[in-house]
Amino acid sequence: MASRQWRGRVGDAALVISTGAATLLVLVILAILVIDVVRGGSARLSWGFLTKAPTEGMTAGGVFPAIFGTVAMVILMTIAVVPAGVATAIYLHEYADRQAPLTRIIRIAVNNLAGVPSIVFGLFGLGFFIQFLGGGIDKLFFGGNKVLGQPALIWASLTMAVLTLPVVIVATEESLRTVPRELREASLALGATKFQTVLNVVLPQATPGILTGTILAISRGAGEVAPILFTGAAYYLPHLPWHPNNQFMHLGYHVYVLATQSPDVDAAKPILYSTVLVLLAVTFVLNLSAFVVRSRMRHRFAGASA
Amino acid sequence: MSTAAAADNARPKLTVKDLSVFYGQKKALGPVSMEIAEKRVTALIGPSGCGKSTFLRSLNRMNELIPACRMEGSVQLDDQPIYGPGTDAVMVRRRIGMVFQRSNPFPKSIFENVAYGLRIGGMGNGSDLSGRVERALRQAALWEEVKDRLTESALGMSGGQQQRLCIARALAVEPEVLLMDEPASALDPIATAHIEELINELSDGYTVVIVTHNMQQAARVSDYTAFFYMGDLVEVANTQVLFTKPSQSRTEDYITGRFG
Amino acid sequence: MSKIGAMGSTGREHTNREYEQELRRLREQILLMGAKVEESIISSIRALTERDTALAERTIAMDRQINQMEIDIDGLCLQVLARRQPVASDLRFITMALKLVTDLERIGDLGVNICERVVELNQEPPLKPYVDLPVMAEETQRMLHDALDAFVASDAEHAHRVIERDATIDAYYSQIFRELLTYMMEDVRNIYRATRLQSIAKYLERIGDHATNLAEMVVFMVKGQDIRHAGKLSNANSHS
Repeated sequence: MASRQWRGRVGDAALVISTGAATLLVLVILAILVIDVVRGGSARLSWGFLTKAPTEGMTAGGVFPAIFGTVAMVILMTIAVVPAGVATAIYLHEYADRQAPLTRIIRIAVNNLAGVPSIVFGLFGLGFFIQFLGGGIDKLFFGGNKVLGQPALIWASLTMAVLTLPVVIVATEESLRTVPRELREASLALGATKFQTVLNVVLPQATPGILTGTILAISRGAGEVAPILFTGAAYYLPHLPWHPNNQFMHLGYHVYVLATQSPDVDAAKPILYSTVLVLLAVTFVLNLSAFVVRSRMRHRFAGASA
Repeated sequence: MSTAAAADNARPKLTVKDLSVFYGQKKALGPVSMEIAEKRVTALIGPSGCGKSTFLRSLNRMNELIPACRMEGSVQLDDQPIYGPGTDAVMVRRRIGMVFQRSNPFPKSIFENVAYGLRIGGMGNGSDLSGRVERALRQAALWEEVKDRLTESALGMSGGQQQRLCIARALAVEPEVLLMDEPASALDPIATAHIEELINELSDGYTVVIVTHNMQQAARVSDYTAFFYMGDLVEVANTQVLFTKPSQSRTEDYITGRFG
Repeated sequence: MSKIGAMGSTGREHTNREYEQELRRLREQILLMGAKVEESIISSIRALTERDTALAERTIAMDRQINQMEIDIDGLCLQVLARRQPVASDLRFITMALKLVTDLERIGDLGVNICERVVELNQEPPLKPYVDLPVMAEETQRMLHDALDAFVASDAEHAHRVIERDATIDAYYSQIFRELLTYMMEDVRNIYRATRLQSIAKYLERIGDHATNLAEMVVFMVKGQDIRHAGKLSNANSHS
């Protein structure tokens, strides 16, 4: 009897120690990463770095075009993915018949979409958006001239939208699920249609979750490089992408290029570190804001289901 | 000791004929036929699972929200069927309101909660709207307590107040019938007493149907009581008669506590 | 359904055992009180026919127990009302029990009254052979007994038959009263004893009325029909 108690206590201690060690490991790795990047990148970090274009074969200057390109791409991606994702989630959760085969097919498709490797999205973007859609539009409207049938900001954004679609759908559905059934019933019992209920009761309460999902999608979109490799990113452009059929520079792609294709790797290293620092900072800020938004709005709606 | 059941001239507001409700293959209720008297309080009692809540929700087409729910028979409001081609669930629910077991105010302000039904009915801001909101809150005996904090969140109210708010919200659209599904079961005795008093006052202007598992509450509050058991309507009678001299032995056994 | 403890019109028992026990005890107490009251009537008439003053005095003393039982049973009823909120047949039973014991206690008091008259009479030589009074007394006591039987058995038909016999008691009373009147008119020295005997007859007649009340209560308890004051109600159809 006493040995069983003793064994229980040893088990407890072992669990605490092992989980604590794992946590510590994660923190250490993160710390090493961050410290290394900060050390290497803070030297070149300056206002000028953030607002100037790169010069002298990427060994000097700044990364402003890459920042601009990334932001432009992300904005277009968001405009594309949020309505589509939210609408899909609303359809799946509020309107679709749970047992119907079509609903199940849609769900399976969404789940599988989330697991597709991002490079495959890039190929999809190339084949479908650029060659098929872009090429088709070119044939129809531009008499065969290559206007849209080539890598462009718009196609890269749409490709990223497809990539991040599952994230938005799932996050939206999760937050729709948290809206208690009683609230929907109350609205319907007052003579509201389903649409009015979704618009006036469900969506307002699901907004924090939807926002969170959107921000997570954005942060993933800002960081993914593979899908934009052949759909619109460019190494160096003399101008900013003011038209949707322009190519653009991108922070993540810029890092890849600096690390592997720079003519003078050593000279480019400081810029590389700084670019990584900027990229990490952007991602970090986005994730943090998602967290803040979610906790602020959860606080506001506290007690809604009491 | 003779039952002073007045020759009640109340006409039927709702007429239910051979109503049966099925969930998939399983029959949950019926067939049930009864009349609900106008501007009276009718209580539905019976043990858990006897079908009284299912019956209540059939009266305002809320059962349709449950997939695989099928119904037979008819329900008529003032001689107009509420099911069938040419009927509209939304219109039915505007005339037959509902208050639920656990209060479910929207996470909006007190004013917006009460105004919700009116807004979705198309009413815009204005004196009409605020007038209706005030009247509903007065009817729910809540106006004096909240008139200075209409813009505050409804979630900050106590349980009893929230339930009265839900009643005000239902009353704001001026339904003809008010269905209440165990409205006081989650409340403490004092809040319950307030709700019961409210029901008494409401029966002057509304037809009230209330489901309750508390027999004493049914005895206190209702004019007519219907006893359901295992999906059947066993007996419906004037409340005083049912609680002093029920005609069915199953009713007698249930209300005296003789269930084995 | 004539065993003590088969409560309610359906013969089933309460889910709550304690409640069932309380009702059972109530019934037992009522029957006990009824038995004592019956005994009081029998003893008082025997004290008359056998000129046994000591018995009369013992009977008077026993009334204390009957009074105490009224108080005890009232207390029990109050307890059940407060704790159990009875409805339907239980409610009818409790409310009738309260009134039943009142009638029983009055019968007990009437028995005491009879004994007091007996004590006075026994101090004088008997006026006449007591023939009718003992018969009337026995009939009255049997009415009471049958009413209590109907109560135990929840038998409304039996109770109805008791109600019908009240006419007989009233007839006895009229007859005895007139007979004693003639005795009084014959000789003024008979007045003292004759009036005492008339009083006893009156008391017995009132006991008959109380027994009828009991029977009417049993009918209400069993059937939910209030049959009191038959033929003596105003016809005002004033209902709310």
